[in-house]
Formats: sequence, structure tokens, C-alpha cells
Amino acid sequence: MTQGRKFSIGAPILEVNNISLSFGGVKAITGCSFAVLEHEIKAIIGPNGAGKSSMLNCINGIYKPQEGTIALKGKVLEKISPNIIARSGISRTFQNLALFKRMSVLDNILVGRKLHMKSNFLQVGFKMPGARAEEDENREKCEEIVEFLEIKDIRNTPVGNLPYGLQKKVELGRALATEAEVLLLDEPMAGMNVEEKREMCRFILKVNDEIGTTMVLIEHDMGVVMDISDNVVVLDYGKIIADGPPHEVRANQNVIDAYLGVAHD
Amino acid sequence: MTEFLFFIEVVVSGLLAGTMYSLVALGFVLIYKASSTFNFAQGAMVFFAVLAFVGFMELGLPFIPAFFVAVLLMFFVGFCTERLVLKPLISQSEDTLLMATIGLGFVLEGLAQAAWGVEVRRLDLGIGDFPIQWIIDTAGLFISALDLTASLVAGILIIGLALLFKYTKMGLGLRAVADDPGAASSIGIPLNNIMLVVWSAAGVVALVAGMMWGARAGVQFALVDLALKALPVLIIGGFSSIPGAIVGGLIIGATEKVLEVYIGPFFGGAIEGWAPYVLAIFFLLYRPEGLFGEKIIRRV
Amino acid sequence: MNSKFSFLGYTKGDLFNFIALLAVALVVVPLLVQSEYWYSSILIPWLCLALAAIGQQIVMGYAGQLALGAAGFMAAGAFACFNLILRVPDIPFFVALMLSGLVAAAFGVLFGLPSLRVRGIYLMVATLASQFFIIWMIDKFGWFKNYDTSGIITAQDIVIFGKPFTSPQEMYFVIVVVVTLLTILAINMARGSTGRNWMAVRDMDIAAESMGISLLKTKLQAFAICAFYCGVAGALFAFTYLKSLEPVAFDIKLSFKILFMVILGGLGTINGAFIGAAFILLFPVLLNSIGNNVFHGAIDATIISSIEQVVFGVLIIVFLIYEPLGMAKLWDNIKQRVISKIAPKSEPLKQKKT
Repeated sequence: MTQGRKFSIGAPILEVNNISLSFGGVKAITGCSFAVLEHEIKAIIGPNGAGKSSMLNCINGIYKPQEGTIALKGKVLEKISPNIIARSGISRTFQNLALFKRMSVLDNILVGRKLHMKSNFLQVGFKMPGARAEEDENREKCEEIVEFLEIKDIRNTPVGNLPYGLQKKVELGRALATEAEVLLLDEPMAGMNVEEKREMCRFILKVNDEIGTTMVLIEHDMGVVMDISDNVVVLDYGKIIADGPPHEVRANQNVIDAYLGVAHD
Repeated sequence: MTEFLFFIEVVVSGLLAGTMYSLVALGFVLIYKASSTFNFAQGAMVFFAVLAFVGFMELGLPFIPAFFVAVLLMFFVGFCTERLVLKPLISQSEDTLLMATIGLGFVLEGLAQAAWGVEVRRLDLGIGDFPIQWIIDTAGLFISALDLTASLVAGILIIGLALLFKYTKMGLGLRAVADDPGAASSIGIPLNNIMLVVWSAAGVVALVAGMMWGARAGVQFALVDLALKALPVLIIGGFSSIPGAIVGGLIIGATEKVLEVYIGPFFGGAIEGWAPYVLAIFFLLYRPEGLFGEKIIRRV
Repeated sequence: MNSKFSFLGYTKGDLFNFIALLAVALVVVPLLVQSEYWYSSILIPWLCLALAAIGQQIVMGYAGQLALGAAGFMAAGAFACFNLILRVPDIPFFVALMLSGLVAAAFGVLFGLPSLRVRGIYLMVATLASQFFIIWMIDKFGWFKNYDTSGIITAQDIVIFGKPFTSPQEMYFVIVVVVTLLTILAINMARGSTGRNWMAVRDMDIAAESMGISLLKTKLQAFAICAFYCGVAGALFAFTYLKSLEPVAFDIKLSFKILFMVILGGLGTINGAFIGAAFILLFPVLLNSIGNNVFHGAIDATIISSIEQVVFGVLIIVFLIYEPLGMAKLWDNIKQRVISKIAPKSEPLKQKKT
């Protein structure tokens, strides 16, 4: 898989160091460390409640881990809040769809361009030339994304009115619009049928291939994970029990136990 | 020494006046607990209920029958609200429900005025709003009989409601609904009936609160504005806590009086109009869940 | 994108509406309407309140923050304007008006701060604090009222480039100019990236933050702009409609009225502010004239105002249940129907059914 790529997998871009997170005494994550390499697709898998989404929420700054650090390109992220993390180049999608329901598909994706739009409210209000040019430019970018994701015919529909599968697509589109270096995808294929999953995989691979975006994704479908990921981290009860290429992880005894439900000590 | 006695007197009268706020706040809490709906119309219900009660007395009904007819009327109001406003808006956002209850408040205020007119009415409960001689003699404090009665009534209501929730089947169902309406209705708890009971109970609480306030300040439109004061009470106490409503009321009552007497003069008085709200803002900034509310943990 | 006609990003329909409305406001109305009553009792307060409703619309309809203190900000603007004209010699009226808006905006930021921690009813209470505090402050400190003891202060005359604008018609023109400019500004913001940020915060704040939107900045910005609009509206309201300055004119009831304009007009639309303001203002007039002309005054005035309250309350509930997008949406539907009747051949709008 690594061969013949436009962007070959490089040095670690995102490093999670010894992170622990708990909610009022309930431990969600305990002492987890792993690295995501530049341009790779890294899957996080594990049984329900293993702490996968919590992990993404820590990286993205929604949860603040009590211990440990997260570093992007060797720089430890200091002030942890979602909008600051977004500014440093990490974008994401959510497990239970977090779209702007009353806004159109195109407007949702345009919000993803937020960090590329610098005009303030007065420049926007007075339609200053700079603000107008910026709006046109970014609109065009979003039209490209709409075209890429093949959702052109619904671009003006409020997303709240769309079926689930399409909403998932729009959310991917919004994340892509940010042009972030690292994309966190929280179950991008949950609740999809085989065909929709195949399509989504195609988009994810295409983005990774053409733009070189590093991806961290949570997925339950093992077939999909084995197919598209370069490396896999396995979480169980908030701890990492395996980390490596798909075929190694598949053969790992700890992983097999976790998935078959072998009793914990 | 007299300085100190005066201070105690200010605090005590504030605390007692605070129980009146608590009474109004209690109605809010009842509905919030059961349905996570903030009933902005509670103030209008206070006004509506007591105006109806006075109206029935004017028609010649004696005190007790007038009270019960007013209670029945409040049951009816609760029934209509549940069926016509809340049910069609089920599963809507909290903000939408809040706006709907603002509308409901306007309807009730308008209806009350259309039916019974706008003039201020006196309400004589047979309890004077003057200091009790016995307390003046023994403790040297001036404490109004009405304040004392109001706090007694508030106490009885709270104990009654607490017992109702703790020891009846209805109460158990109510707590289940408050916890998780979906789960509660799926195991066969009749959601509608519970809501009906809650709204009726809130109606009765409103009637009692209205009678206390009416006896002090006259039955008039200003009662609606007074009820707005219950809002800071709720923020301080926490929206879902009955003890919170009580303590919140006491804090607001006492703080307001102390501020008014000792700090008000420096600002030309009348700071009690906004001081409770500013106190509430500080609570919002430092303890948004209130003193007794459950801490809200946001999950993604 | 197809090669549609576009001027500064506006569509043909936008420009047509704009020119038509402006023509009505500046030519048709002045030609047709001669009675002073219409100017001073209907058109002037309508435009002033619509402007305040636009402010409320921005903070509530677009940014999704349930605020209830528009009248407080209006009072801040009105008294700021009074004092600026009183104390700054030769200050141009429009400068004073804009500065009044800025004063109100400062209050907006201050009382918008709680929105960073709380929402819904909590926020409503916090903004109520602003309402009560601002009115109390103006009432208690004589300086704001120039130590007037009568309680009612006459507003100064509006003078622009040495020319006084004192008759209702003249004042109407001043208001039309201000309201037109500020409405265009609001539409531009609402349709542009500024509005998208507001709506993103309204619809899903965590996702908005994850896209790099600062909640702090966006919410405070919405509060500031809301208060600015309310401040300007308040100043115009006092100087052209009330012609006096009294804090009681900006009580909590006015805040509720503006809230109702926005809910009935349609949350999240600028034209909803105008439609809602017209309804809230005209309905009582209609009710009164029915009372006078049909029942010949047989119905008590207090009963009429009670009926008005009941109707407003019922409408709020009915709209929330059946048409949360308000009268603006109804208006759109009617327009669609008329257009499809006049030009049935035109392509039907593509809309995915859910």
C-alpha cells in the first residue's frame, strides 16, 4: 500500500503522550501513547466504550486530559480548546453528526472554510472588495468539494432534511473544506450500507492519495479497517493493547481476546 | 446593641420575605423537575389564580369554596396547557418550549384581565401585615404576622410536596419521568397524567403564592413582575431542586433587604430592582448549576 | 455556477426588491400619505421598532442566544444620544446617532458575557439584569437626565446640515435613510461569513468551535451588533416618535414586544423583523378601530388591550407549533403561490422531500 503513493508516509505528525482522562472518578483513558505518521491513515479500533471517541475528543480539545500531552509536528499543544486546535491544523467529523441543521449543504461546507476567511464583520457588512473576492474564492473551493463528493444536486438543501448517509458525506465535506493537515473521522461509515461504505472509503482514500491528508479514523467494520488503514491502534478499557500494521494487529492475541470477550483478570 | 438588633431585624424580615419568593419559585421547580421545561408563565399563573380567587369571592362565594373553585380552575388551566401547548411541542428544543410558555403567560394575563378587570383588589386573609406584639416583647424584633404565616404556609406546602414525591406511586413515576421521559414511558408510566398532575400542583402552588403576595401588596398586575424575581432565586438555588428554591428565596430576600438598607442609600435607593439579578449573574459565572442543582457534564 | 446576473453578489430578485421597496418608501408613500397621523403613529414607530427587531433577530434568530433586554439597550442609545447632543457642541446628528449605537454596543458586550457560560433561560435572566440595571441607572443618576426633575425630558430637534427636521414627514425621511443603510448592512452580514458563523454557533456550537470559530468572539460580536441596532433604534424612537426621554418608555414590556416581533415575524430572517414589527404595531390599532367603529366604544379599552395580549400569546404558541419560521415564511409561501399562478410555465423549484 505504501508503494506508488504521491505522498509517502513520513515522520510522526501527531504524538499522543501518556494521556489519561477521567470523568469524576470513571477512567475513560489510562496512560495512552501513540503516534500518527504524516500522510498515513491510522485507524483506532476497539470494543464499545473502549475510549475511542474520548481519544479523538482529547486530540481535538473538547475534553481536557488530566495527564499527558499532545504534540503536533513536535510542538506540544498548550492551550487546549477546539478552536485553537482547529487553528493549528486539525479538523474532524463527529460520531453522532454535528452538522448545522438549518443551514444548507453549501453553507455547512463554507463554515469549514472559516479559517481561510479573514474579513471582519464590517468588511462583510459593507461588501468591501477584499471580502467579496474572498467569499467568491471560498465559494468556488466549496463547489469543488461538492462536486468531488457528488452531492451537487442537494447543495442548497438544509442538511436537517437529508438522509443519514448524505449527512455523513456533508460532514466529511465540511472537514475537507478546512484543508487541515490532520483529519479526525469519528465513525464516518456508521449506519451505512455496503455500497455507501464503499463509496465513503473511496473518498477517504482519494483525499489521502491526492492531497496527502493524514487521517485518524474510528471504525467498527474490520473489513474496512484492514482495507484502508496503514496502521491500527487497538483500545480496550481505555488502554492501548496493540499498535501496528493491520496484519500484525489481526494476529495479536490480546486483540483477539478483547474482541472475543475473554474475561479480564 | 440596637444597631445589631436592627441588623438582625433586617435580615429576619428579608428571610421571611424571601419565603414568598420561594413560594413562587417552587412552582417553577415542580414543572422543571418533571419536564425540563422552564415555565415562564408561572408568574402569570400566580396572577391568574389569585385574581380568579378574589373574583369568585366577589361573586359571593365564601372563602373556602372560592379557594376550591380556584383550585379546580387551575387544574383546568394545567389540563389545557398540557394538551394544547406542551403536547404538540414535545421533542422541540428547550428554547422553543420556553418561548411557548412566554406566550402562555401573555394568554393567562390577558384572560385574567378580560375576565376580572384591571383594578387593584384588596385581599384580606384575616392576617395583618403588622408586627407581632409577643415577639416585640420577648426578642425586641419587629416581625410581620403575614411574613410569618407565609413562611409557615411555604413550609407546609414543601413538606407536603416532598412527602407526595417520596411516598406515593405518583411521586415515584414523576421522579422516573424527570430522569428519563423516554425510558419512563416505555415501561408504562403514563407521561400525560404525570404532566397533568405536575401542572395542577404548580397551579395550586401559584394560587397559594398569589394569596400571600396579594394579601401584602394587593391583587394586581404587578404580581407578574414580582414573579420575575423568582428567576434569580432559581438560578441561585438550581432549577431542579426544591430545597434550592427555598434557600435561593431566603438568600435573595435577605440580600435584597440588607443591600437596600445599608448600601442602597449611597445609590439613591431602589437597587432591589436589579440587585438580585446581578447576584444571579455572579452565580451564573461561577456556579451555573446553582447551589443545589446537578452539575451538568456536556457529552459529545 | 451558471452565468446568472449578479451585482456585488446580489441577484436580480434582490435588486428588484430593493429598488421597488425604496421607490415605495421614498416616492409612493410621500405622495399618497398626507395625514400626519400615519407618519407619526404608524410609519415612524414601525421603522424604529423594526430596526430594534433586526438587532434582536441577529442575537436570537441568527446567533441563537435567547436574550431579553432589547428595550434596555434602546434606552442606553436614546439617553446617549440626548447627552451627546446636549454636551458636545455642534455634533452632527448622524455622528451622535452612531455613537449612541456604540454606547449601547458596549452594554451589549458587558451583558452578553454570561452567554459564554450559559444558555436558554439562564441567559434570559442574565439579559433581564441588563434591562433592569440600565433603566435603574438612568433613573437614579441625575446626570443622565441633565438633572431634570419633571421625569420627562423633551428631546432636542434633529438638525442636519443646519436644517431642522421637525415635521413627521421630514423625520420619516431621516429614518428611512438610517433604516435602509442598516438593513442592507444586516443583510450583507447575515448572508456572508459573519452570518454563517452566527448560525453555526446557533445550530451546533461544538462543531462550530471545531471548525475554528471562537465562541467568545462570535457571541459577543452578535450581542454588540444587536445592542448597536437597538441603541440606534432607541435613539430614533425617542427623538422622532416619543419626542421625549423617559426611562419608563423602555420597560420590560417593550423588550417582550420586540421578542414577539422576532418570533412571530420568523426567527432567522431579516424581513421577519419588519413583518413582525408591523403586526405587533398594527394589530392593536386594528383592534381599537374595530372597538370604536363596529362596537362604537361599547367595549372597554382595558378589555381590548387584554384581548390583544391573549391574541399575541395564542399566536406565539400557534406559530411555534405550526410554522416556527413565522410570518416571513407565510409571506414567502403566498409569494410562491402568486408567482406560480402568474407564470405557471416557470420551472418548479427543486426541493428534496424528506
